[in-house]
This record gives sequence, structure tokens and C-alpha cells, in this order.
Amino acid sequence: MSFIELHDVHKRFGDNAVLRGVNMSVDEHQVVCLIGPSGCGKSTLLRCINALETIEEGEIRLDGERVSGRGVDLNGLRQDIGIVFQAFNLFPHMSVVQNVTLAPRKVLGLSKQDATDRAHALLGRIGLWDKRNDYPDRLSGGQQQRVAIVRALAMQPRVMLLDEITSALDPELVSEVLALVGELAGEGMTMLIATHEMGFARDVASKVVFLFAGQVEEEGPPAQLFSAPTRERTRSFLRSIIEAKRM
Amino acid sequence: MSRFKPHVVRALIAEIVAVALTAVTWLALVRFDQSLKIGEPGPIIARVIEIILAVATLVVPAFGARAIARSLRARTLASEERLLDARVAAEDATNDLLYVLGLGLMAAMVAFGALFLTANHALVRSVLFEWSLIWVSRTALIRGFWWNVKLFVVAEVLVLIWALVVAVVRQLPGRQFLPIRFLAIAYADVFRGVPTIIVIFLVGFGFPLAHIEPFYSHMSPNTQLFWLGTLALVLVYGGYVAEVYRAGLESVHWSQTAAARSLGLSQWQTLRYVVIPQAVRRILPPLLNDFVALQKDTALVGFLGLAEILNIAGILKNNHFNLSPVTGAAMFFLFVTIPFTRLVDYLIKRDKARTQAN
Repeated sequence: MSFIELHDVHKRFGDNAVLRGVNMSVDEHQVVCLIGPSGCGKSTLLRCINALETIEEGEIRLDGERVSGRGVDLNGLRQDIGIVFQAFNLFPHMSVVQNVTLAPRKVLGLSKQDATDRAHALLGRIGLWDKRNDYPDRLSGGQQQRVAIVRALAMQPRVMLLDEITSALDPELVSEVLALVGELAGEGMTMLIATHEMGFARDVASKVVFLFAGQVEEEGPPAQLFSAPTRERTRSFLRSIIEAKRM
Repeated sequence: MSRFKPHVVRALIAEIVAVALTAVTWLALVRFDQSLKIGEPGPIIARVIEIILAVATLVVPAFGARAIARSLRARTLASEERLLDARVAAEDATNDLLYVLGLGLMAAMVAFGALFLTANHALVRSVLFEWSLIWVSRTALIRGFWWNVKLFVVAEVLVLIWALVVAVVRQLPGRQFLPIRFLAIAYADVFRGVPTIIVIFLVGFGFPLAHIEPFYSHMSPNTQLFWLGTLALVLVYGGYVAEVYRAGLESVHWSQTAAARSLGLSQWQTLRYVVIPQAVRRILPPLLNDFVALQKDTALVGFLGLAEILNIAGILKNNHFNLSPVTGAAMFFLFVTIPFTRLVDYLIKRDKARTQAN
């Protein structure tokens, strides 16, 4: 049994069916990269897993337990699932350390001292300890995104969902964020990553899933999916990526 | 390249107007000075202010003169083919003319004020701005204004809490909250739609007539009226401020809520730590606006008979057949509202400096 399992997940916004029966799984300590053209449902899929969106049909299981539908302890579920967004979504009225300590203090009930110690250790690790009292607006995009990752890590989640976390960054800032994600992957963090960075996906992913029009079109180990895709849609998507010189 | 214009004539015309305006202002000030002698000898302070204003008026033609000098210099530079320098000089001349415009308007207002006060044998001044009468009324006015201060401080604190409750209720999502949302919307619509004075009448006169007095029968009449007035003001301004809060809550992007909820914060914690703090920062200017309006509307409670400042000023007005105590009451409101406005501006600026880059 896999750590995260999606069975026939459907999600629509009005008339727009975004997810049309997604089946996929993520094993513990596995890094799964979700690729596919814009609008194929990558972000929605991640949001459904931590119940920011409700699904209409199907089922999502985390470590064997149903986490979709009614009756789920959402706040408890979200403690286990860290998510990082494309637009960082740091709290602009809080300093870096306040951003990182808010949830550990209010949700986990850590003392201010314990939460701050935890935050300082994490910030030290990503080299932003000296920025701990700055407000997000003073940081570069790459720094903000690394703080957002640390903010999620401070909750000690069992899985991390990364939603195109480098898409809003200037090209020269992408590598510092990807390096941090690579480190997490090396430490065995379970991650599901929606990304356009194919080179990165090839390096860190245990499995790559190609999502097309709300369904899993093809999946496999990166070596196989990138070099010898079996489906025509996968081939054409990868060709368009190569033409755009992103690979 | 477009043809260069030094605008010498424009500067000359401005200077002529400035000199004329200065002359008019001085004549008006002389007339005002003479009017002070009609009643009693004018106080020294009035004369000092007149002289300061007269001297200050000279700034207007001074800027005009400099504009002429710079325009002439621009023309010379242009004739020497030094076009960049000429444009700089011409730009400086234009800036001088803008000073002439602004300061000239100020001088014109001084002239108009002096002429207005001396109109009808200085009756305007002695009936509306008799300083000696304002001065002797000061103790009575302060005593009355203390009621206004208590009214707006208590009402503002209550409004801050009550309106937030209404606004939060109003934006609760989901069908199950529909009835409670409806109540919040109906409340805000009704109390924003009714004139404040009518609510004050209905509550202040109506409740005692209807014997709705479970908690205040033992109070002194003024204290009773104070609480009835506070209740009316909170009802009315709660509606306004709830709308201000709502605008603020809605202005916080959904992604902030998503980030907070995905960290495991509950709906209430998300509001408390993420949404409301950001909303309040954004709505401070309109919130302040409503509070200044509330501070002024405390004078309406005087119609119930509370001995607040407008009531006191009205009595003094009738006793002396003179409006100056009412002018004094107006001054008390300005003493409070203007510093209050500046303080909030300062707080907003400080918060921005802290959280925003450059």
C-alpha cells in the first residue's frame, strides 16, 4: 500500500472538469514529479490532497486513511501535509521568524521558546538566520520561497506538496530553491512536486507522472519517461519543452 | 526640436497680479485692524498676527520677481544657444510661478477673511468670533466637551468590537451560515440607512417613554442620556464600520487563507492571526474617517438634553445673543480631530516603513 493513494479523483469548477478520474500513488520517501501543460490540473490535484479543494468523486488516502470527503479532521490532516505555493504566500505582516513559528505555536502548541528554537535552526540551515527579523517584502523571491519551505517544514510534515515553486522566480534564483528541495529529497522526505523544471525532475524524481487534461496520461521512472515516452501526447509535450529550451 | 519659450510675459503678468494681491491683502488687514478699535482696544496678539501676515504676504511678489529673473536668464541662455541650461532656468521659473499661485491663493484667503470679519461694521467678527466671550466660556465648554470625549471614546471601543463581529459573521462561508449572514446584512443596511439623529431620537426619547430602563433607572439624568446616546451611536456606526471591516477582510487575498489553513490553522485562527491583522492595517484610513465622523456626531446627543458641548454652547449663545461660544465649541472638536488624524497617519507610515521594502 502506498503512502498517498488517489483513486478515480474528479474535480470540477462549474462546467470546467479539471480532474477527470486521476489514479496515482506516492510511496513513502519517494519523490514524485507531476508534469504537464498549463491547466492540466497539477495545482488542483495538490490542493485536493490537502483538502483546500473538495473532490466530487473518488477517494484520497494518506497512509491508509481516507482524507477526502466528509468527517475528515482537516486541521489534523494539514499538519501532516506541508504545501508550498508558487506565489510563496508568506504572511506580509509578520517577520520571517513569526511566519515560521505561527503554526507550531498555535497548532502544535509549542512554547514560544521551543518554536523559535526550531525556526532558528531551520533558518540557519538555509542560511537565512540573519534575516529572521526582516519582513518578507525585504527578501528576494528565492529567499521568500525558501522561508515558505521552512515554514512548512517547521510543522514536521510527513509529506511535502510543492506547487510550481520556482515558476514565479527570476531564473538566477531558481537554483537556490531547487538545491534546498534536492537536499530534502536526499534526506528521504516524501514529496509530490508539480514542476516545469524538467532537468530538476529528471535529477530528483523517483517517478514522473505526466498529467494531461485531468488524467494521468503516462507515468514511469524519469529515465524511461523522458527518454522513451510511450504516448504521443507525452512526446509532443516534451518536444514543446525542448523547443522552448527549458530542458 | 520644438521651439524654446522662456515665458517672460507670463512671469511679468504673474508678478503684476501678485503685487496687486499683496496691496489688497494689506488694505484688508488695515481695515481689520481699525475694526478692532470700534469695540474695545484690540489685543496685542491680534496686531502681532496682522503684522506677521502682512510681512508673509511679501513672499508672493518675491517669488514672482524671481520667476521674472529666471525667465529673462532663460531667454539670454537660449539666445546663446545653450538650450539645456535655458530649459533648466525656464523650468525653475515655472516652479516659482506655481509657488506664486499657491501662496497667492493663501494671501487671497487672508484678505477675504479679514474683509469678511470686518463686514457690517465688524459685526461678523463680534458675533461669531468674539475671543473674550470664547475665553470666559472656556470652563463651561470644557465641562461639556468632557461628555463628548467620554461618548466617543466609549462608543469607538464598542464599535471596534461590535462591527468586527458583524463583519466576520457576514463573510462566513457556506449555506449553513445563510440565516446568520442575513441578520448581519439586515442590521448594517437598516442602521446605515436611517439618519443618525433619528436613531438618537428613537433610542434617547423613545426608550425612556416606553419605560425601557432596566439598568439605568438609578443613574443621574446625564448618565442615563450618556448611555442612551452611546447605544444609538454604536448602533449607527457599528453598521458603517462593519462595512469598512468587510472591505478589509475581502481585500486580503484568498491565498493568504490557503497558506494559513494548509499549515493546520483553524478557520478562527486564520482570521485571528492572518486575515484580520492584514485587513485592519488596510482599512485604517477609512476607519479613522468614520471615527472622526463619530466624534463630531457626539454633538447630536445634545439634542436629548445631555449637557455636552453643543448644548452648553447653545445656552451661552442665547444668554449672550452671540454665536462665539459655538465657534469655541467648533475649536474644541478641531483640537481633537486634527491631532487624531495626524497620529493615525503617522502610525500607518511607520507600519509601512517596517513591512515594506523602500
